[in-house]
Amino acid sequence: MSQNKSVWLHRALLGGAMLLGAGGAVAEYGLNMTQGVTEVSGEVYRLHMLIFYICCAIAVVVFGAMFYSIWKHRKSVGAQAANFHESTTVEIIWTIVPFAILISMAIPATKALINLEDTSDPDMTIKVTGYQWMWHYDYADEGVSFFSRLDEKSNAARQMNSGIDPASVEDYLLNVDNRLVLPAGKKVRFLITANDVIHSWWVPSLGWKKDAIPGYINEAWTKVEQPGVYRGQCAELCGKDHGFMPIVVEVMEQGAYDAWVAAQKATAQNDSPVATVVAAAN
Amino acid sequence: MSEATTHDAHDHHDHGPAKGLMRWVTTTNHKDIGTLYLLFSLLMFFIGGAMAMVIRAELFEPGMQVVNPHFFNQMTTNHALIMIFGAVMPAFVGLANWLIPMMIGAPDMALPRMNNWSFWILPFAFTMMLSTIFMDGGAPAAGWTIYPPLVLQTGDAFPFMIFAIHMMGISSVMGAINVIATILNMRAPGMTLMKMPLFVWTWLITAYLLIAVMPVLAGAVTMLLTDKYFGTSFFTAAGGGDPVMYQHIFWFFGHPEVYILILPAFGIVSQIIPTFARKPLFGYSSMVYASASIAFLSFIVWAHHMFTVGMPVAGELFFMYATMLIAVPTGVKVFNWVSTMWKGSMTFETPMLFALGFVVLFTIGGFSGLMLAIAPSDFQYHDTYFVVAHFHYVLVTGAIFAIMGAAYYWLPKWTGHMYNETLGKWHFWLSTITVNILFFPQHFLGLAGMPRRIPDYSVQFAEFNMISSIGGFAFGLSQLLFAYIVISTIRGGAKATDKVWDGAEGLEWTLSSPPPYHSFSEAPEVK
Repeated sequence: MSQNKSVWLHRALLGGAMLLGAGGAVAEYGLNMTQGVTEVSGEVYRLHMLIFYICCAIAVVVFGAMFYSIWKHRKSVGAQAANFHESTTVEIIWTIVPFAILISMAIPATKALINLEDTSDPDMTIKVTGYQWMWHYDYADEGVSFFSRLDEKSNAARQMNSGIDPASVEDYLLNVDNRLVLPAGKKVRFLITANDVIHSWWVPSLGWKKDAIPGYINEAWTKVEQPGVYRGQCAELCGKDHGFMPIVVEVMEQGAYDAWVAAQKATAQNDSPVATVVAAAN
Repeated sequence: MSEATTHDAHDHHDHGPAKGLMRWVTTTNHKDIGTLYLLFSLLMFFIGGAMAMVIRAELFEPGMQVVNPHFFNQMTTNHALIMIFGAVMPAFVGLANWLIPMMIGAPDMALPRMNNWSFWILPFAFTMMLSTIFMDGGAPAAGWTIYPPLVLQTGDAFPFMIFAIHMMGISSVMGAINVIATILNMRAPGMTLMKMPLFVWTWLITAYLLIAVMPVLAGAVTMLLTDKYFGTSFFTAAGGGDPVMYQHIFWFFGHPEVYILILPAFGIVSQIIPTFARKPLFGYSSMVYASASIAFLSFIVWAHHMFTVGMPVAGELFFMYATMLIAVPTGVKVFNWVSTMWKGSMTFETPMLFALGFVVLFTIGGFSGLMLAIAPSDFQYHDTYFVVAHFHYVLVTGAIFAIMGAAYYWLPKWTGHMYNETLGKWHFWLSTITVNILFFPQHFLGLAGMPRRIPDYSVQFAEFNMISSIGGFAFGLSQLLFAYIVISTIRGGAKATDKVWDGAEGLEWTLSSPPPYHSFSEAPEVK
């Protein structure tokens, strides 16, 4: 099946399932999982669609039989009840067939999982630490580190009865003061932990989330070819401002990335590290 | 006790209940206690539902309008705790109390005084739980899974919550012991295990699950208590403890708990469908074996709730495969229900409508469950609204639809009055339509990237949240109709026959409607 056809098909299926006729606005509203921007996220997306189609097929068969029966085997159309109540053959068939279907799902799922968890041979490593309620990024090899918090405009608008229309704020609740910057085409390994309670680092376009747990250092990786800005949020309940600690990843070409690192280092030399931390904690 | 003494003791009593309020406080009668459980569960359903209305009101549109984020978290946490421990579980215990003695031909439950105690713990446990809302620091707000370290930041409410959970656990375990003792000791002659109605079977299995896992939960929350007040650090990394260990222990309770919430529902649906299809249940023994397999598998799948905590790949693979396996026995059940309908002679009274609604909508929840089992995709689904949609399909349109179906199915037997069929059908259709408007769009929200347990969201999620909230308010209002129908049926209505439904099979239908105070004072003969 071609890529376009499959996209069309899933939109038709999902759109059909929609209860309101939002029709043409399907893409805008976001009905489905993102295909993301990495090899891994694409693999996860295809796996998701595969299982979804298998479920749809099973649903058509099971619900089809059920609704046929409801239609034809009604007392009001004069149906007489049969008296059969067991069949070992049928029972064996409908145990083995689902089992075989499950194996066909498990094989691609196993491949995807092993690839997802393969954090070997990274080009660079970034340490991510969750705090109530902000993220800290540490580029260990470069000596660059900073906090990343909800941007001022979102923060003002999200206050109780602020009077600011969230729709007027660009990327409401999905924007930060300092973005995490990555070079394109490099395998980046993340070491993820937390300082207070459990958080979870999630950018849907990268295809995974990983919990940030105090006392644990979890590993994850990504490799984004396409420069761009990708947004996500904390995905583990971490207290009152859990909904207000977004993640923004900006992927740059190598040259731009190098310039960004140099600029960061220059700033870091001007501000003492203590001042940076104190400013961030405010 | 000799025959003569029994007669002497009984001759001077009329076997009727005591009068007034004390009847309910001191009762040891399985029907009275069943009624108490069911009415308590209905009350909790509305309290938990009111909390859900607060949640949906805040999520109606982007921005913070109704409650502050901390109170929002208190609502999500308590909504779940009350619905699980206060609404669904007591409803099942109430049904077990009413039905198990009548279904197996017994006069009452085996341990009537303990039965009284296990009910009367609950109002106190939930009063304490709800009172935490007014305490300094508010009610617990760390989610119903009460993960440390976050839950250790709870204010004065913390020890009250732990104690309330202990009381709920004690109540459940005592209820479970009673069910097992009754089923294993008090069956009428000829009622062999493999002749028991499926509702009795699923409850027997559920009772064993309860006894196995409620103490595990009690242990986990006690460790939280000592971590906070007695200087231990079971779950505190700084003291050498492990926050992930809490999750392992919690979900070792939590996953069997999920089946505690659904197995009796399977039993109910297996009673209702044959009645209205006028055909015996297809594959009775495979239903029993499937229930037992599901119960066994529930003990070895817990970490699928924790795919993102950073387990070794081998662990993730094991829990993924084991979880996928659950689809096999669950599938067998759905196929059996459809085969029971096949070539039947079906009618569609309200209990049957709820049972059919259950089969379709629970299966949809099962499909999303299968999707969640796939570990790599779960890295995207986990902790999003996709999960919220999934478990509300299996719990609301699964467990609660089955409980409502059971209420319509047995209410004429219990009260001696028929409910209003037209209103019952209205209740079914209103509930079914609105519950789908409420939860179906949440699949889209989750896939599009909306995390769960957030009080405010990016504007791209606005439309589906508004649709979901409208569905939520309408679903909530529709349930007032249910309360009205139940209360008016208790108070009066057309006289119900003993058999009530012309396709009904089983010992409970041989008793009068309403049944005598002591169900079977002489054991019936089961062929």
